Amino acid sequence: MSQIVFEGRPVPFHPGQSIGAALTAAGIRSWRTTRSGGRPRGLYCGIGVCFDCLITVNGRPSLRACMVEAREGDVVEGGGRDA
Amino acid sequence: MVIVGGGVVGAACAYYAARAGLTVTVVERGAVAGGTTGAGEGNLLVSDKEPGPELDLAVLSSARWAELAAEDGLGAAVEYEPKGGLVVAETEEGAAGLAGLAARQRASGVEAVEVPAAELTGYEPHLAPDLAGGMFYPQDAQVQPMLAAAHLLRASGAEVRTGVTVTGMSRSGARVTGVRTDRGDLAAGAVVNAAGTWGGEVAALAGVNVPILPRRGFILVTEPLPPLIRHKVYAAEYVANVASDDEGLESSAVVEGTPAGTILIGATRERVGFDRTLSTAALRRLARQAIRLFPVLADVAAIRAYCGFRPYCPDHLPVIGPDPRAEGLLHACGHEGAGIGLAAATGHLIAQSLTGARPDFDLHPFRPDRFPEQP
Amino acid sequence: MRDVVVIGAGPAGLAAAVAAATAGLDVALIDAGRRPGGQFYRHHAAETGRLHHDWDAFVRLRDALDRLTYLPGHRVWHVEDGFTVHALAGDRDERPVRIDARAVVVATGAHDRSLPFPGWDLPGVLTAGGAQALLKGDRVPAGKRIVVAGTGPFLLPVATGLARAGATVAGVFEANRPYGFARHVARHPGKAREGAGYAALLARHRIPYRTGHAVVAAHGDDRIEAVTVARLDRDWAPVRERVIACDTVAVGYGFTPQLEIPLQLGCATRMDADGSLIVAVDVTQRTSVPGVYAAGETTGVGGAQLSLVEGELAGLAVAEAAGGVAPDPADVQRLLARRRRLRAFAGAMHAAYPVRPGWMDRLRDDTLVCRCEEVTRGRLAEAAELGATDPRSAKLLSRAGMGWCQGRVCGYATAWLAAGVCGRLPGADDLRGIARRPLAQPLRLGDLATDDQP
Repeated sequence: MSQIVFEGRPVPFHPGQSIGAALTAAGIRSWRTTRSGGRPRGLYCGIGVCFDCLITVNGRPSLRACMVEAREGDVVEGGGRDA
Repeated sequence: MVIVGGGVVGAACAYYAARAGLTVTVVERGAVAGGTTGAGEGNLLVSDKEPGPELDLAVLSSARWAELAAEDGLGAAVEYEPKGGLVVAETEEGAAGLAGLAARQRASGVEAVEVPAAELTGYEPHLAPDLAGGMFYPQDAQVQPMLAAAHLLRASGAEVRTGVTVTGMSRSGARVTGVRTDRGDLAAGAVVNAAGTWGGEVAALAGVNVPILPRRGFILVTEPLPPLIRHKVYAAEYVANVASDDEGLESSAVVEGTPAGTILIGATRERVGFDRTLSTAALRRLARQAIRLFPVLADVAAIRAYCGFRPYCPDHLPVIGPDPRAEGLLHACGHEGAGIGLAAATGHLIAQSLTGARPDFDLHPFRPDRFPEQP
Repeated sequence: MRDVVVIGAGPAGLAAAVAAATAGLDVALIDAGRRPGGQFYRHHAAETGRLHHDWDAFVRLRDALDRLTYLPGHRVWHVEDGFTVHALAGDRDERPVRIDARAVVVATGAHDRSLPFPGWDLPGVLTAGGAQALLKGDRVPAGKRIVVAGTGPFLLPVATGLARAGATVAGVFEANRPYGFARHVARHPGKAREGAGYAALLARHRIPYRTGHAVVAAHGDDRIEAVTVARLDRDWAPVRERVIACDTVAVGYGFTPQLEIPLQLGCATRMDADGSLIVAVDVTQRTSVPGVYAAGETTGVGGAQLSLVEGELAGLAVAEAAGGVAPDPADVQRLLARRRRLRAFAGAMHAAYPVRPGWMDRLRDDTLVCRCEEVTRGRLAEAAELGATDPRSAKLLSRAGMGWCQGRVCGYATAWLAAGVCGRLPGADDLRGIARRPLAQPLRLGDLATDDQP
């Protein structure tokens, strides 16, 4: 099975899955905190509308975890630029 | 008195008039701050004006805004930030031009501190490294314009009637004695036209010509970021654009951070009537200019764009004061892109006119009857 | 310059693109998704169609994609009159792309309509469509013990799909009591079969289905641990409450059509029976702007079958207007009759599954309404005091809807709350006031600064 690296730990994925789906399947429900309240957030709408699931992939910030397909070896951090 | 228009200028007129003891009703066709105010950046600028009556008004207004912001809770409520403006030049000629402008502005009471190229990053760490120099204007400040209008209206204690359209003026002979609206008539000792871009239409209801036209501006808003830009930053070419008569697309990006974390990049200037269609060419220019000043922005996402319509007069000066052609009618409109900044002084001067006090300031350059009558 | 660009590769867009291409037009089909099908036919890379209704219809359309230029993974950020489509290609290393076309078919679909409640921002609370997307597209159940709630028939495939995938569905809580709806279902054999299938699955998996109930609060510190479910009165005021343990909630109150593109182009809009803003179209799916057509959920939420019909009608109309083959009148009559039937069914569905004002009773002062900017109901009340009597001024004075999602999630709720200040329900103007998004997608300033090439 393929793997991405989320905040230092390996997370498996099936080819074709989004990063958000891989994280959810691994039991990871949140990966960023809000700017003012510091509240945890993860997937909400799941289809690219709500922007709650922002992640940084290989240094590229503010991507939607539900829309980015996982690729072998992706290094993923939670949040966008403001986190 | 009745004020027509619930934007920031109408709100400032209401605030100062109420403080002078007048009973005020504000009539607004849409919602509070729903017109040009709601599409503004909240610039309180003295830096972008050539010496003359508008700069004098801006200097007075800057002091008035600082006083307002010092009042209990008001400064925080309207997100007043006396952050200062940094004007940068790309070339040595540009820097020399800035120095010349600043020298003239200082005679009008403007503070301006020359910033050599090597010291620019001390002001703004992310500025492009190849700029020729700049000028720092500590009086430049910022408010959140919608909150400014709404809080000034509330602090005024005025009766605010939104969703009410003025359809005519009540007259007694030549004198304006109130307004007619789609919700009934309102009698008033005086009527203030603070209808902004639509001020010409309100003036026409009183049978007088005040030529105000829309000048469209687009603003880009970025994703929220950690603090990145400290001041209002713009290129020296902005000043030339503000005063320009060119009808085509002009832009010179003013770049600034906001308390919400977003960066505002604005604005373009186009004379295209009330067309709201997005101009991708306008946005591309804004993006290029912002990246020219702050290369780090190239990788930052824009999440929003909006446009508004500045009210401008042919001579680019606002219309402020009593109308000798229609007794009982005063104007406070046509501030072009500087309405937020000039609102405080405008409200103050209108209140002085209404109470018969001697204005702090000669209103002659802003007189409503300075334009040729329409044929 | 293409003959037509179709935006969105869900049922409506696929049908429109294939119909136009089959009639001989040069068609570009542009879609944000990684695979064709939109939300309804969202599928895994190795899909067999087992979990999908009408999968054969999709396969027929997918197999016809070689007749046209299909551009997946393209997010449209703006469309200019004339027409020029500006998009970003790629899911991480974005590349600006531009497509010129003589006509546009808007088939951008819809997303879940959210109603806030205390705790709805906790991780583990998803939209019903979000849970469905995870399941269909990624084969990942959103959780282990799941509560499904909201309103509308869509809750049934979500609940039964999750159960079939091995999740425990702790209950389906339908806020309405749609007793009269069954007779409308009975008139449509396909839908009756579908409904019977859901009923059988609910029974097999022992999933409680409760009408007149809603999730009114979610509990937990940094993830959801339980929900409060309330029995509702007719206006949706909570009557009796109980707490149910769960690790996930999938909640949806109908759908909001995505109108960014038609609004950018100046298309006339109106309000549909379900309270959503939709594009106004004529009998051939033409909008008020010449050359712009709309089909599917953007013209009124009505489901995949209706979208297929409208898409085909739009594709045929574009082809005819382009001087191509005139469609077979018998085909058109058949499609029009089918559209009438399905529209009537959608109308009955909207009547049976409305949103009632009692949802606002769930909100406390500290309940978030806008998730992006973390604007609470209390802050919206302050904005109302400052003079916000419509959703746009509520947004300007509170920042609700000014964040990343640009009000897509909170706009509907904000419209209710702002209109409610004046004691009215939101109208078309309220929704229009917050629906304009000149940038339909975020884009990097560096990409914006670059001229995209055809």
